[in-house]
Formats: sequence, C-alpha cells, structure tokens
Amino acid sequence: MSLVLNEEQIFLKDSAKKFASEKTPTTHFREVRDSEIENCYDEKIWQEMVSLGWTGILVPEEYGGSNFGVAGISSILEELGRTLTPSPLFSTAVVGVSLIKHAKEEIKKEILSKVVQEGLRLCFAIEESNHHDPLKISCKAEKDGDNFKISGEKSFVIDGGFADKIVIACRTSGEEGNKEGLSLFILDANSEGLAIMPTKMVDSRNAANMKFENVTVSANMLIGEEDNAFDLINSVLDISRAAISAEMLGSALQAYEITLDYLKEREQFGSKIGSFQALQHRAAIMFSELELCKSCVLESITAFDEGSNDSERLASLSKAKVGEVFHLVSNESVQMHGGIGVTDEYDIGLYLKRARVAEQIFGNSDFHKNRYAELTGY
Amino acid sequence: MENLDQFRKDTKAWLEENCPPEMRKPMGPGDVVWGGRNCKFPHPDAKLWLERMGEKGWTCPTWPKEYGGGGLSFDENKILQEELMAIKARPALSSFGIWMLGPALLEFASEEQKKKYIPEIVKGEIRWCQGYSEPGSGSDLASLKTKAEDKGDHFVVNGQKVWTSYADDCDMIFTLVRTGPQEPKHDGISFLLIDMDQPGVTTKPIKLISGKSPFCETFFDNAVVPKENLVSDLNKGWDVAKRLLQHERNMIAGMGLGGAGSAKKKKDQAITSGMATMAKTYAGEEDGKLANSSLRQKIASFDINSHAFSLTMRRASEESKSSNSGPSPASSMFKYYGSESNKLRYELMLEAMGTKALGWEGEGFGPAELAITREWLRTKANSIEGGTSEVQLNIIAKRVLDLPQ
Repeated sequence: MSLVLNEEQIFLKDSAKKFASEKTPTTHFREVRDSEIENCYDEKIWQEMVSLGWTGILVPEEYGGSNFGVAGISSILEELGRTLTPSPLFSTAVVGVSLIKHAKEEIKKEILSKVVQEGLRLCFAIEESNHHDPLKISCKAEKDGDNFKISGEKSFVIDGGFADKIVIACRTSGEEGNKEGLSLFILDANSEGLAIMPTKMVDSRNAANMKFENVTVSANMLIGEEDNAFDLINSVLDISRAAISAEMLGSALQAYEITLDYLKEREQFGSKIGSFQALQHRAAIMFSELELCKSCVLESITAFDEGSNDSERLASLSKAKVGEVFHLVSNESVQMHGGIGVTDEYDIGLYLKRARVAEQIFGNSDFHKNRYAELTGY
Repeated sequence: MENLDQFRKDTKAWLEENCPPEMRKPMGPGDVVWGGRNCKFPHPDAKLWLERMGEKGWTCPTWPKEYGGGGLSFDENKILQEELMAIKARPALSSFGIWMLGPALLEFASEEQKKKYIPEIVKGEIRWCQGYSEPGSGSDLASLKTKAEDKGDHFVVNGQKVWTSYADDCDMIFTLVRTGPQEPKHDGISFLLIDMDQPGVTTKPIKLISGKSPFCETFFDNAVVPKENLVSDLNKGWDVAKRLLQHERNMIAGMGLGGAGSAKKKKDQAITSGMATMAKTYAGEEDGKLANSSLRQKIASFDINSHAFSLTMRRASEESKSSNSGPSPASSMFKYYGSESNKLRYELMLEAMGTKALGWEGEGFGPAELAITREWLRTKANSIEGGTSEVQLNIIAKRVLDLPQ
C-alpha cells in the first residue's frame, strides 16, 4: 500500500479543492440548509459533480466510468469534507456503485451508465437498529415465482430520502445474526408498498427510515448470489468505511485549522490565547493525532486499488482512528472558540454536528476496535 | 529496479557467507555490542560480525563511503535491513555514536574531524556518551553552567553533567559547555568532544527505580580539551545541540514501534498481536477472544494507535526520501507519541499479567517476567529523557504550529 498519492489522485484532489473553495464553501452549506430545498443538497451542484465525472470514478471504463479507484474518489471526498459540501456523492458513487457493480450484466449496464451520465442517485438500506450491525438483519425477501416479496423496516439510510434506486440487504433464509441467508436487491424508490420517511439529521443532511410491505421485486434485480451476500456486503462496507474516513479527515483537518487560526488571532488578558500553554499542548496533541489519521486514511484507501489482503483490517483501523480523532477535534474546537463556538454564526459548530453523524456511518470507533481485535486474532 | 534486484541478490549472498550462525540467534539483554576501547563481546562471533560489518560500512549503511560508511541509497538500505531481518541477524553494533553524534558530525564538523571520528564510530572503536543535562539544567537545557575556559591551545573544563548514559563504560563524551558567560544563554554554548581517559574526568553511576544504573553523573575537574575538539564555531554549539536532539528524539520514538501494526500481513498468514497473545496467556481466553473485555478494548486501542504510528513513521520516511532533509521539528511529534506509547505498552503488560508482573527478584517469577517489571520502570524515563513530553508539545506548538510566544 502506498502512503503517498500518485499524480492522478493528486490531480483529482486538487480539482476537488478548487471546486469546494469556489462553488461549495461553507456558505453554500448554509444556503442549502436555510433554504426550502428538502433533499438537503443543491441539484445544480450535483449535476456539476456528474459532469466532472465524479460519479464514474469507481465505474469501469466499459460502462462509461474512469475507474480511477477508491483512492481517487476518497481524495475528492476529503476535500469536500473540508467545506461540509452536501451531496449524494458518497451514497451514490462509493456505496451504490460498488454494490451495483455486482448486479446482472444488463441491469448493471443500465444503472451505471445513468449514474455516470445523469447522476442517478443510489442509496443502501442496511441498518435496522440504532447501532451499525451488518448481521442484525431481519427484513425478509420471500420467493414468489420469478419475483421476491420484501417486508420489513430499515433505518438510517444515508441520502435515502431522495434517492432514485435503493439497494436493500435482506434475509432470504436463516435468522437475525446469521452470516448465511443474506441477499441484496435493487428497488425503485417509487415501488408499490414502500414507504420512505426522510429524516433530517443534526448535520442538516438527510437519511431515511423505510418501511417495506410486500414490495415486489424481480429476481433479475438480485445482486450477487442469493443467500450468500455477506462477503459482498462486507467488502462494499469496507470500501465505504475507508472513503467516509477520508471525508471525515477533511472535515477534522478543517475544524482544526480554523481553530488554530483563531488561537493566533483572539486576545485575552492582553495576549493571544494561542500563547497559553494550556491551549498549546492540546493543539499539539491534535496535530499529532491528525498526522496519524492521515497515514491510516492513505493506507486504507490505497489498499483496495492495490489488491491488499489486509484491506478489512485497514478499513477498521481507519474508521476507528479517524472517528475517535474527529470526535476529539470537534469537541476541542468548540471549547477553544469559547462562547462564539456555540453560536450558529460560527462554522465550528457545524463540524461538531457533522462529526457525530459521520462517526455512526457504517460503524463507530467502538464497533471497529472490536472488529480490528477480531481480525487480529483476539 | 534491475540494479536493486542485483543489490538484493549480492546482499543476500554476502550476509549468508558473513553473518556467523551464533549472530542469528535471539538476543538476551547482555548481548548488545556497544563497541569502544574496552568492548565486551558476548561471544567471539560477535567480534567477527562487528569487524565484517564495520569493514563494509554497514553498521552505518547510509553514511558516505569516504568516511567509512556504507554509502547506500535509501532504497538499498531498505533492502539491506529487510535481508538482515530475514535471517534474524543481530545488530552488529549499537551506539550513541551511530544514532546521535555521527549524523550531527556529518552536518557540522570540519573535514579533519569527520575523517578522524566518523570511521571510529562506524567500526565501533570508540564508545561515546552524551554530556547535556546538568543538575540545575533539565528541561531548561540552555541554562547549563559547565564552563570551558580558553587557555590558548586548549580549553579547561569544569562542572558537572548528569544522566550521561553508560558514561562509566565510555571513551569519549560529546559535551555542551558554556564558553560565552556574558552572552544570552543560547549564544554562549559550545560543542566539545572530550576524552574521558584523563584524571580531570570522573563518573559515578546513578541507581534508578528499576534497580539498574544505566546513567551516571560525570564530573569535570580541570579537564583538558585540545582546541581541535571544538565542533562548529565557538558559541555556536546550540545549533549542533538542537540538531543532535532531533536525532535522539527519532531514536527514542522508534521504541514506540511494535504491536500488531508493524507487521505487514503476508499471504495466508494471520496477523497476531504480541500484546494480545500475552494477555490471553495471563488473563485467559474464551472462544479465541480475550476473556477480559475491558482489557481487550484497551489492547485494541493500543494496537490501533501503534499501527497508525508505525504507518506514520513509514510515511515520514517515504516523504523525506525525495527531499533528503533529515529530521525536522516534527520529530518532536514522533518523540512525544513514541515515548507515551511505549509507556502505555508496559502499563498494559502489567495489567495483563497481574501479580506475575510485580516480582522484583528470586523464586516464583520467570526471567522474562522479572525483566518486564524492570523495563516497565525504565519506560517511565522515556517521556523525560531527550526532552520531556511537555517540552516536545511546546516545540510542536511553536515550531510546527507557529503559535505565538
């Protein structure tokens, strides 16, 4: 695995940096948040991302994508994380595309080309409880001729409120907690029997709760093998965990840099507050922790493209470490800003809100520490 | 790439022929070869191994050939280290000359000084110790008082140093002395190389909480030092001192390595955590998991941080490969994190081993268990020596983050 980016990845990162600073600074996030737009992102910005080719970065060239890899899309997400850019890029171009890649040929061809060309929006309905657990799935899909009928409930579906297609993980056999018996299906968001309740989260992005009552789906819409989707789910989750860690790293770095600037500017007791040792040491500790996060993210996002056999553990390493450090940085940043840190006018509180939601996506630090231990043989 | 492949082939062959079998066995605590005029070798093969490696310059693989070093590139050295690791070869030589003084001399010393001192370090002929701290100058190192007076062709040195590692076994001491008593404190310090084999220099070991005495007090009583032993200009010693401290910090930071992360996963080979394996032995396991879930969580956190830290050390080395810049103020980050991490490692071992880690001597405890107890106490100095953790955080805040004074 590489701990430095290649030229292609640096190019993507730089263009995302330019995009974020020109088109989606945090004022853009505020505009969307405070507007009447229900889906929590700006359609025009989304289409610009599509025309830059960002939705096709994980899509193979034969389906119109660029196949620039997990490190490529993650580098973009890191820069977008710096300005808290709201968009369905993560749920569509990382999670959704990685799942659809394993669909039946003609379905794959149709959906991926729409994602690349039109920005068709995807989401992944997997969670069923308040804490991430890919085995805790009881949502059922029962065979009915050439179709399946899906019943059950899903929660915390990222960008699920306004997606066009939903990939759902359900049980075709076995019981909650079993690795065997899991299957993946692609559904239209307007399927009969499906109720979608968008939930506006504390970070002003949308997730959704979904209720399925005998929703009919053709067996053709199965992704991977029936009853045998666990490994596929896991590998897509790991790519997603590494990528969201990159976005979180970008947000954490920005929150830290904003705070560092404030320490150099704010005066109390006749001195810059950054001259106080009580604050200096905490800033230095954050610096050190963020340096460790950078290495974890680089190692994990390049692991997939380079075919590492340790990518599972590296994804957990990254999500556990970055989650913990973003948590620390978001709290310290608010505290070091003092009173204005808890005002809506200052951006720093936005990072705190985003941190807590992002920490939960596909497993928080505790989940991944536990998984890291399991994968390391204890 | 082709040249590197050839280099690997040649290196493998040379090591196969020249590394004595005895030197491929695991080391005990008394097996470190420190070099010096009175060098003690644990085995005749250790002497042979040092002579062969020293002759090739591979005790200091990346130092220039003209001073006896190996002259290897970054990539060649990486290969050499991999091949040494592959045959489990012991280090031929360990010394403060290699880790600390040598790199500073290569940067600051005169041509004559380099020609004289560097080859001695490479071959392990002279054992060096460090004369920095004084009883009244710990974290505030620049307030040091040991003075050197100009007597024409030589200096006369008077004063006391403390925490001089292994000074009672060393031949020479690199010393910070005050030569400009009227100057501001940082601008009146010089860097002197002092031969300890003279009546004006005496040492006295300090007994530590671990029961061991790796450090000494060193006294200078009209010690005589020839003028040519001044490194860099008079009163410019602080620049050398700071640079050397960065090398020292990198060395101490390296102690923070280890744990599950430092091993790269090989094909078909499960990764294990040394700490977790030990904890299973002493604290029990259930279904392959550590039985004590709170301890398991702590070890997982430790392993994750240790893994992240070793990746960061590797990243820094890959980044510096192109710029060739040597250690930077960021080495304070490594010193801080590495020493804190090493302290935590031993605290966790104590927690995992329970009362088995609390023996002092005699029956009832294995030698490895007793060694861990002593080493746990030794690690408490990691975040003090080479600049305390608090001093490192100050340096990061000021030199890296550019926070106001």
